[in-house]
Amino acid sequence: MASTLTPKQHLELYYFMRLNRELEEQMVRLFRQNKIVGGLYPSLGQEAISVGTAYALAPGDWIAPMIRNIGALLVRGFKPRDVVTQHMARYTSPTQGKDGTSHFGDLKSRHVVSPTSMLGDLIPVMTGIAMAGRYLGQKIVTMTWIGDGGTSTGVFHEGLNLAAVQKAPFLLIVENNQWAYSTPVEKQSALRDLADRAKAYGIKSVIVDGNDIVAVERTTREAAAYARAGNGPVLIEAKTMRMLGHAQHDAAEYVPKAMLEAWKQRDPLDRFEKLLTEKKLWDAKTKKEIDERIASEIRADVEFAENSPLPPPASAEEGVYCEGCHTIEADWQRPKEQVMPPRSSVKAEWPLKSYAANGAGPRGTEHAAPKTKPGKKPERAAVRIRAKAGR
Amino acid sequence: MAETTYLEAIRQAMFEEMDRDPSVVLIGEDVGVYGGAFKASEGLVARYGWERVIDTPISESAIVGAAIGMSYAGLRPIAEMQFIDFIACAFEMVTNFAAKSHYRWGAPVPMVLRGPSGGGVHGGPFHSANPEMYFVHTPGLKVVCPATAHDAKGLLKSAIRDNNPVLFFEHKFLYRRIKEELPVDDFTVPIGKAAVRREGRDLTIVSYAAMVHASLEAAVQLAGEGIEAEVIDLRTLLPLDRETILRSVRKTNKLLVVHEDTRTGGIAGEIAAIVTEDAFEELDGPIRRVTSLDTPVPYAPGLEEYFLPSAGKVVAAARELAHY
Repeated sequence: MASTLTPKQHLELYYFMRLNRELEEQMVRLFRQNKIVGGLYPSLGQEAISVGTAYALAPGDWIAPMIRNIGALLVRGFKPRDVVTQHMARYTSPTQGKDGTSHFGDLKSRHVVSPTSMLGDLIPVMTGIAMAGRYLGQKIVTMTWIGDGGTSTGVFHEGLNLAAVQKAPFLLIVENNQWAYSTPVEKQSALRDLADRAKAYGIKSVIVDGNDIVAVERTTREAAAYARAGNGPVLIEAKTMRMLGHAQHDAAEYVPKAMLEAWKQRDPLDRFEKLLTEKKLWDAKTKKEIDERIASEIRADVEFAENSPLPPPASAEEGVYCEGCHTIEADWQRPKEQVMPPRSSVKAEWPLKSYAANGAGPRGTEHAAPKTKPGKKPERAAVRIRAKAGR
Repeated sequence: MAETTYLEAIRQAMFEEMDRDPSVVLIGEDVGVYGGAFKASEGLVARYGWERVIDTPISESAIVGAAIGMSYAGLRPIAEMQFIDFIACAFEMVTNFAAKSHYRWGAPVPMVLRGPSGGGVHGGPFHSANPEMYFVHTPGLKVVCPATAHDAKGLLKSAIRDNNPVLFFEHKFLYRRIKEELPVDDFTVPIGKAAVRREGRDLTIVSYAAMVHASLEAAVQLAGEGIEAEVIDLRTLLPLDRETILRSVRKTNKLLVVHEDTRTGGIAGEIAAIVTEDAFEELDGPIRRVTSLDTPVPYAPGLEEYFLPSAGKVVAAARELAHY
């Protein structure tokens, strides 16, 4: 399927990618001025993945960006000031100084879940949101990102396996940037393509050139449509390269110079600019306008951050618990009666099919949640595991 | 009127909350068709369907992770650990993800994580644990340990309605051993409030979960010797009801803490610190502890009996303290 992006959308993608890059470069300057409180985790060379994948989703969909996915936050409507105040630990930041970096989100309006530093956690969490969305009758997909190194964690396996058996409308973007801190991908996995991990879960996977934003956007949009239609999760491996160290303090001298040089030729922004020019989707004037807009937005937001107060020390004690400061409210898109007795009632036995097929015993449970309509009895079981149930 | 067991009280709480609120769902291993390893969720899937009672792979991190995600989407999930020992497999999701969520970025996690804990049933090192203190040491969680059927039901309902991650430790020794008449109408028991189970003037015994019953048994025996023990059931370990403990100590001037958890790092140490900080002048004797040994829970009945506190051990410690 060809890209369906309009000329205007092409320019939007450029805006977000350029904003992503310029914002991070500005933060490097702030880091050198000692104004960034903690670490700074660059996404140089990976902007097409953050921006392209986030751009492909619908506004009601949920995302959970990882630390290098500042571009995804920008696509979701967060402003440079949110990112800068976070890194500078200001009271005006989305977390009011409670957490740093891109560790923030917005449940209510932007549907963005904050990451934790522990890799893989977001996979079961976003699976849970996908399951809840389906339960509530929403037509959403959920998505998170993980690096090549993160695919080695136990919770990666647990989460993706749960998503698979639940046929959850969930997308996992494996950002294979070749490096997990100082460890190359071949020391993380014996697989040539991390996309092959999907085979172990019986789910669909796709490999995409992570430095080609048009391909990334298209692949994600198609995967979202597939998951939204109830076909289950999709793993997208986006191949790319981390062009800087793990964080600002890391000079990445362990990376072969030739490798960096080779990937420099594939810079996602350079490539996209060339495409815009070749396809005559912009001219020098348009580019200048966008670049100037970005520069002035960043300038204003950095100024805002620098003029923002630090959090009052005693606020450290606040907010451990929700004591009525939030209301828990689900967005029901189906009649609640459908999930309430007696309409929801089912017979408590597994509707298993093809028992002993291939001599392998029970297999092929039929009642994967999306297929079971509440109020509709599951098909008669060939095997009765447990018949007795009821109050 | 029929009496209700501790186990049935838990089951009733889930039925009633799921009837009351369609945002309540149950997720865990074998919770649906099988009805849970102890039958705590028996009949739930028949009444509420596959969408609300979700059988999962053997993946504790994924169970807790998915429950966190569901709470972000506005549901009130109950996640079951088949035995609470397995919460160790989900430690990261509980302590880093759920517990810090509201503090870090203002995202509440209205989730209940419940499961059978405790020894006395010869479950061995992996089916008998009392891992509550790992979580009492984690700001952002609430930790509930009911000792009666009434509290099990009322506290579980409160936990489900709470906007925070609540760890609900059900004592499996009590599941079918205790029962009582429960109110017919909807009721809750507030999280964070201890109960005085028996009044006394000579010393205070603070306990929770199954050891409340051992302490009460001991108190009866002690009364026969002329020692009147006041028995406090903490009911919630986090947040801890400091006031009820301090009020009692100010009255009896002596404190014995009894818990089934192992000794080092148990709640007794924390309570002793609170009492020495806030009521040091009121104490007429050292604060004593009766706890399990600092070992894993052993399997052989004789070993487990030796390991666990008992009414007899409580009597011995209380007698010594009373005469101090």
